[in-house]
Amino acid sequence: MRPRRVIPGFGLTLGSVMVYLSLLVLIPLSATFVRSFSLGPQHFWAVLSAPRVQASLRLSFGAALLAASLNAGFGLLVAWVLTRYEFPGRRIFDAIVDLPFALPTAVAGIALTALYADTGWLGGALASVGVKVAYTPLGIVVALTFIGLPFVVRTLQPVLEELDRDAEQAAATLGASAAQIFRRVILPALLPALLTGFSLAFARGVGEYGSVIFIAGNMPMRSEIAPLLIVTKLEQYDYAGATAIAVVMLLLSFALMLAINGLQAMTAARHAAA
Amino acid sequence: MGGAVEEPSGHEPQLQGGGLHGGSLLGGGLHRGGLHGGGRRGGRESLWLAVVALLILAAASTGMARAATVSLLNVSYDPTRELYADYDKAFAAYWKAKSGDTVVVNQSHGGSGTQTRAVIDGLEADVVTLALAYDIDALATQAHLIPANWQTRLPDNSTPYTSTVVFLVRKGNPKHIRDWGDLVHPGIAVITANPKTSGGARWNYLAAWAWALKQPGGSPGSAEAYVKALYQHVPVLDSGSRGATITFVERGIGDVLLAWENEAFLAVKQLGPEQFEIVAPSLSIVAEPPVSIVDAVVDRRGTRKVAEEYLRHLYSPEAQDIAARHFYRPRDPTVAARYAAQFPAIPMVTIDAVFGGWANAQATHFADHGSFDRIYGQ
Repeated sequence: MRPRRVIPGFGLTLGSVMVYLSLLVLIPLSATFVRSFSLGPQHFWAVLSAPRVQASLRLSFGAALLAASLNAGFGLLVAWVLTRYEFPGRRIFDAIVDLPFALPTAVAGIALTALYADTGWLGGALASVGVKVAYTPLGIVVALTFIGLPFVVRTLQPVLEELDRDAEQAAATLGASAAQIFRRVILPALLPALLTGFSLAFARGVGEYGSVIFIAGNMPMRSEIAPLLIVTKLEQYDYAGATAIAVVMLLLSFALMLAINGLQAMTAARHAAA
Repeated sequence: MGGAVEEPSGHEPQLQGGGLHGGSLLGGGLHRGGLHGGGRRGGRESLWLAVVALLILAAASTGMARAATVSLLNVSYDPTRELYADYDKAFAAYWKAKSGDTVVVNQSHGGSGTQTRAVIDGLEADVVTLALAYDIDALATQAHLIPANWQTRLPDNSTPYTSTVVFLVRKGNPKHIRDWGDLVHPGIAVITANPKTSGGARWNYLAAWAWALKQPGGSPGSAEAYVKALYQHVPVLDSGSRGATITFVERGIGDVLLAWENEAFLAVKQLGPEQFEIVAPSLSIVAEPPVSIVDAVVDRRGTRKVAEEYLRHLYSPEAQDIAARHFYRPRDPTVAARYAAQFPAIPMVTIDAVFGGWANAQATHFADHGSFDRIYGQ
């Protein structure tokens, strides 16, 4: 007798998955590609080689990488504290982590700008020591860090909860220092989840528009993100030009995600082998 | 109780004669409404009653103008929210008196360019009332929803009310900003939005350009130099006019906000004259937010007549008065005279005279590699 499956038939489920993914992801994305093809290679290249477009792509990807890296570090810390320690208000802090998910991004942008502008609490103090956050690329990193935090924390938390403490205790009895235990026992087990969280936060940051637009200042060549240039093109009814930038962002993101996934597969394999 | 028969707007002509067919429909309505008290066996009886009632209604309504409810969608830009809330009420009363029909006007507000794209992409706007002709032009050039000569169909460039670009400064005008030339003095921070993404900011840009051009020895080169210097005093480029207003008013950034006169008045009115004041420059531009019906939509929905009247009535003294109350400059000379004290007298140029119309202005200044791109070193 064939083993009973919970979900009927491979054919049926795969079919549904394909239809679902096609309707939601593949068809809209291929429409973007098709639209950008209407430009022709020469015009396509002219759009992308414009210094302003290049500056914005560098800024979008650079700021997203920086923010995701910050989140990888501090998100790990947050997830660690929330899973390993009991303290009053832990549940509230746990819930607060999700807020950037739930908040409309424009609200986040307005709140952060009010805080970090020269007239805001934090911005005023920082300005007195010569650091400008709002209306500079630094402000963009702040907004993207805010947006990306829950991705890292929420992917790490279940893994941390499942982590076998016996291994840590065994390492301790074998004379490993705390640093050694973290580096050789805990981190390898966390690394795949950390990379997933990192890439989710990064992907979110690359595409983020609503919150950044308020805090960025949007100065051409300096603090103008690529999604804003897409909107700018649309504002001129240049649909093809807008999709050209969108397609490049898609391809760059996809390549980076593939690379991160490869890295993740590698670390997972090494961890399993060890 | 009148003989009002509610019906969907698209079907006005067909339903007139279809008394019996409509009877069963209306019978259902009455059934639910009040005749259901007759118990189980009353079903057939109440149906007959309904038919009789309908015949009476039909007989009654042949004697009077048949009334219907029509709906219109007016797709507009951000700062007209309050204006059209008032005008829609006035127009509904006017149309009721004129035709007997009830008109319900739905409003949609947003950034002018965003709203235009929504209409191009299929939002069923009967009329559009946007911030600049360039956006309405796109309905003709991009989607062929309206004829290319749309702006000649109504008086005054199809613009029933106008505004202009003024300066909003902090109370007491501490930086002594009187005119365009003062904006490029050292230490002055100017707030305006990005003209590539904001229709309102395009009027600001053109007003600054026009002033520089009219100075002694002014030329396109000197105008570009002035506008470039001006944008070096802009610390934040918001993507829309509302964003720029928030930056200036709420964030407290900048010494002067370049704003549409109606928005500046609104800011002073809402936030208090103890915080801000309006400065009228020596020269500005007539900002024309034009209106048009969307032919493809009104013909499909059968709303052309009421949509045309909706826009034509904007030129009536009643509507002109509403516009003036919302700080738009009226076209009607008698209404304008009544509100003369409200608006500072500013010499103004028009976009047609100085820039040769919107299509030219767009190509020269705001398209890729236009004068605005050159300002930022491209």
